[in-house]
Amino acid sequence: MAEKLISKIPEGPLSEKWTKHKSQLRVVNPGNKRKLEIIVVGTGLGGASAAASLGELGYNVKIFCISDSPRRAHSIAAQGGINAAKNYQNDNDSVYRLFYETIKGGDYRSREANVYRLAEVSGNIIDQCVAQGVPFAREYGGLLSNRSFGGAQVSRTFYARGQTGQQLLLGAYAALNRQIAAGTVKSYPRHEMLDLVLINGEAKGIIARNLVTGEIERFGAHAVVIASGGYGNTYFLSTNAMNSNGSAAWQCYKKGAFFANPCFAQIHPTCIPVHGDQQSKLTLMSESLRNDGRIWVPKKKEDVEKLRKKQIKPSDIKEEDRDYYLERRYPAFGNLVPRDVASRAAKERCDAGFGVNETGLAVFLDFSTAIARLGEDKIRERYGNLFQMYEKITAVNPYKEPMMIYPAIHYTMGGIWVDYNLQTTIPGLYAIGEANFSDHGGNRLGASALMQGLADGYFILPYTIGDYLAGQILKPKTDTNAPEFEEAEKAVRAKIDKLLSIKGKDTVDEIHKKLGHIMWEYVGMARNEEGLKKAIGLIQDLRKEFWTNVYVAGDKDNFNQELEKALRLADFLEIGELMARDALNRKESCGGHFREEMQTEDGETKRDDENFMYVAAWEYKGQDEAPELHKEPLKYENIKIATRNYKD
Amino acid sequence: MDLTLRIWRQKNAKAEGHFETYQVKNISPDSSFLEMLDILNEQLIHEGMDPVAVERGCQSSGPVSFDHDCREGICGACSLYINGRAHGPDDEVTTCQLHMRKFKDGDTITIEPWRSKGFPVIKDLVVDRQAFDKILQAGGFISVGTGGVPDGNAILISHETAEESMDGAACIGCGACVATCKNGSAMLFVAARVSSLALLPQGKVEGAKRAKAMVAKMDELGFGSCTNTRACEMECPKHITVSHIARLNREFLCAKFKD
Repeated sequence: MAEKLISKIPEGPLSEKWTKHKSQLRVVNPGNKRKLEIIVVGTGLGGASAAASLGELGYNVKIFCISDSPRRAHSIAAQGGINAAKNYQNDNDSVYRLFYETIKGGDYRSREANVYRLAEVSGNIIDQCVAQGVPFAREYGGLLSNRSFGGAQVSRTFYARGQTGQQLLLGAYAALNRQIAAGTVKSYPRHEMLDLVLINGEAKGIIARNLVTGEIERFGAHAVVIASGGYGNTYFLSTNAMNSNGSAAWQCYKKGAFFANPCFAQIHPTCIPVHGDQQSKLTLMSESLRNDGRIWVPKKKEDVEKLRKKQIKPSDIKEEDRDYYLERRYPAFGNLVPRDVASRAAKERCDAGFGVNETGLAVFLDFSTAIARLGEDKIRERYGNLFQMYEKITAVNPYKEPMMIYPAIHYTMGGIWVDYNLQTTIPGLYAIGEANFSDHGGNRLGASALMQGLADGYFILPYTIGDYLAGQILKPKTDTNAPEFEEAEKAVRAKIDKLLSIKGKDTVDEIHKKLGHIMWEYVGMARNEEGLKKAIGLIQDLRKEFWTNVYVAGDKDNFNQELEKALRLADFLEIGELMARDALNRKESCGGHFREEMQTEDGETKRDDENFMYVAAWEYKGQDEAPELHKEPLKYENIKIATRNYKD
Repeated sequence: MDLTLRIWRQKNAKAEGHFETYQVKNISPDSSFLEMLDILNEQLIHEGMDPVAVERGCQSSGPVSFDHDCREGICGACSLYINGRAHGPDDEVTTCQLHMRKFKDGDTITIEPWRSKGFPVIKDLVVDRQAFDKILQAGGFISVGTGGVPDGNAILISHETAEESMDGAACIGCGACVATCKNGSAMLFVAARVSSLALLPQGKVEGAKRAKAMVAKMDELGFGSCTNTRACEMECPKHITVSHIARLNREFLCAKFKD
């Protein structure tokens, strides 16, 4: 089966690969494009930009989202910005530097050619968004403004206040709306993909549930694009939206698409801490805040005690009694180290007993130095909406007292395995954006998710999918009466009937919270062999409990949010196990994956390049069977592999 | 804190709705409003799975359906009318950002869906807002395709203009403006988009055409007219002001003169 993992990375010098590859890709003439149908699942930055671009090219596109409108997709919540190697600041930025920093930030576990291409098209994204009317922040002379983000030594992040994701998504959604009006794209809101349909081994359609009526519907096409985001909600508490889920990607896995590096989950250092067991989600405070905010805990335990008892305020603690631990440990990058490094450093301080709230799981993010330097108005202009959001949630005014923050699950770097064309191991099935695995390695840099989603959707997929579709022009419209559709629909109906018939004693959320606790405890910020083995057993037990004792309220022929959640949880209960298996297999620490057995004397990650410089791609082998591991070796021909160093 | 909830229940678009009353206990003031509803729903599910309670005449009609997603005030999915106000008693927040510390122990809270001709009820507190998508499809975009565009810095836009455009672009499409308007007008929603794009040189080109097309679609879909009560501005969680409506009117008049 090893021949399935063909990365299709073009030969030749790195900087010429994409140009050369594009020139060799087949194209479909306009008349034939009209005969071809494409299904896009998901309407975030990847899905919306892909569907809009494919519609413009003349293909017939169907786009699906689980929300009431494409604009609700969770890309909308990205705050800080989008990277692009424009070098507008004259700080010696370049395509190579963005490429290099992304590979390094990902701890040398991403694919060189993909990342270089991402950096190469990054500039086009900004031009595209400006043309669409995205109101990026501007300098007084009218030029585009930039800020800095973690893991970068230049200012290359473009932004629209703290709402960059919203503005970029509204740009892509507007382009999509234009195509919907033109009739090239048909939109299916409140529809959830529940299965992928293969005919003769090729992706030919999906089974979806109409979330309003409960009807199970069949949709056929010549190719299917998965743009359904990541699986961070496996942990129950995360910064993902409540409805974000891994189910579309997971159905593809179960139909034969390989799933790569599932254990690479990003834990974001600056989120509002957990307040109690009634909590439903965690709120992110943008990484951009680390441009002006300084992270610290008290140096003295007695100050910690007083803070916890609310006898003193953080601002009462004298400058010399504060430990700005990121500035102390990583002088070169200071507060702007990558996310995984900042998260672990916060955990280290809290584990050592310096956490500053009642639960002991919080550190300060302090703006007093920046406010003294720039004035409150400047800080309000840069981060006003974030400060307001913080105050509404916590009832603390961050202009006066520092924010309290703690790491939380935010993004998943792992995902469906794709080749250089973004095609999965199933012909005709593509995966883009967070749903695939290819660009971020073990850790994604801030402001790079937006970049990747739009790069895939606007500039990469519309070219590469043509190469496949050129071979489909003689194939007729997919017949949704084919036995393969019949069978897939039957399986979906049986699954729904089974869930509704259990009528046990546990609610869906109760089981999901239990899964979240197992994941955070054993497959979270620090992992070890014993804990991971234990987690696998616990998840298997919990999965049994789910299938024998869950209670799903309501019926199937209606709007039923409990049923939606139950179907997603059924998949999270399997995804969690694969994450633990992958984490157990990867006996090294790299990026966000920290194996306690593999660390340096000062607690930094210790990679094992000799044994683990590969992409772990897992193949489904059947329910309750162990999945099979395939390895795609990673070759670095253009950069020197080094230990990640953010100290000097 | 302990609370009494009066919640609108409606099985589907065709069924008649009614209020049901529920009690919830020990709610933390740090919980969000939607977390309070999560707790109620868990309670209702447990009541529903107890056949004895159902036999005793327990009125449970299952968990309450409500739209929600990001729970950080940006996706625009949540949409509740709480004690007679869109998004509840706090200013400049969506329902998901409303916290229980804004209420008192023993309060009775009335929760309804958006009520407007343009937004039919789907179930309980969930409404259909596809009309907003249709209005934007009528012209809420700049007609550029992917690729072949000039360099981002080739178009100079003053800092102030970009900021003003951003003020309108901050609209999250939640529909509070429509729900709160006595005429059920979508004027603020339409104006935010028209104005945000008209301010920018890229969007100016199609400004008049866009205004006309979007207003026509709004009228066609059954939204009412604007009579300048400014209620929309008061309830907008993103503080979008009626100055955008003034700019829309200007664009609209220009279009009419050209006709």
